[in-house]
Amino acid sequence: MQSSFKNMVFSLGGICLVCAALLGVVYYYTAGPIAEAVKAKQDAAISAVLPSFDGKIDELEPNIYIGKASDGSVVGYAILSSASGYGGAVTLMTGITADGTIYNVQVLSHSETPGLGAKCTTDEGFYGQFRNLNSQGSILRLKKDGGSLNAISAATITSRAYTNAVNSALEIFYGLIEEENYEED
Amino acid sequence: MKKIKLILNGIIKENPTFVLLLGMCPTLATTTSAINGMSMGLATMAVLILSNMAISACARIIPDKVRIPCYIVLIATFVTILQLLMQAFVPDIYEKLGLFIPLIVVNCIVLGRAEAFASKNSILDSAFDGLGIGLGFTIALTLLGIVREFLGAGSIFGYQIFPADYGCIAFILAPGAFIVLGYLIVIFKKLTKQA
Repeated sequence: MQSSFKNMVFSLGGICLVCAALLGVVYYYTAGPIAEAVKAKQDAAISAVLPSFDGKIDELEPNIYIGKASDGSVVGYAILSSASGYGGAVTLMTGITADGTIYNVQVLSHSETPGLGAKCTTDEGFYGQFRNLNSQGSILRLKKDGGSLNAISAATITSRAYTNAVNSALEIFYGLIEEENYEED
Repeated sequence: MKKIKLILNGIIKENPTFVLLLGMCPTLATTTSAINGMSMGLATMAVLILSNMAISACARIIPDKVRIPCYIVLIATFVTILQLLMQAFVPDIYEKLGLFIPLIVVNCIVLGRAEAFASKNSILDSAFDGLGIGLGFTIALTLLGIVREFLGAGSIFGYQIFPADYGCIAFILAPGAFIVLGYLIVIFKKLTKQA
């Protein structure tokens, strides 16, 4: 078809208009289910990282959740944190009980190399080290960085990111505890 | 008869990966395992069929000088719709492929078929061309994924065949992608006598 200024503007503009309207409709109908899917995933992660209990989970702040038993005592905190790994952000949900012990850690999303860094979700020798670990306020480090944790073989950067994300969750946790103690005094 | 020929053309004679060598970025990046390769191929096929049909329908009203932007807008729309639908209704698959879905927009196979075939042929023929090329792409990516996953992690579609520790990790990384692709092209050419 011959191009003239008028038909170029109309055809490109028209196609953009139709496409935008189409996207709007699809977005309108999928926004609900998408939010639900994200929430369901988050809830599953929270209950996976806290000891099982009767009671409910409250959102304390964005990305910080608190599990309270029916008698009001705190079961633990689930904290979302991330650190940059080899292929992008490694996002974790860390469950910490009231005394500062890590109950469990769950990877929510990562884009690490399959077969290497991606093993952080399957290599029990690695993630198992964090279970029931109480750092007593000190910073967790890999053996390579002068600490005591074993890294995933050939994936030091991912292991370091995982450890850093757990550390920032711990940092948030101790911040919360301090705040609470301050309020009680 | 003609429809079958169109499909076979996409799988063998104009196989996008082994013959046309188009869309190498997703081909090399997503085939770290058989299931990833296959899912990427199927997602691309869905976009290819839809965009081929839409472009074939619109071709007569699009002026030559703005055809590429028009095609890109149409393709990007279908990719975004696919992404939203996957995110809403199959979140598990979306999680594995999420990163690669937007890449389909810049996959030159999709634009290539729009320009070379869909803009000159009927809607039905364009749909079959999309199906054929999409199948060719899916088969190639799945094969590449199978070989890389087998050599690198000792499994096929997640079924362990030999312990993962004996796998050669290079095949899962970028160099392995190039090496496997090279050998597969040689074998493909030998089998189809195109050498």
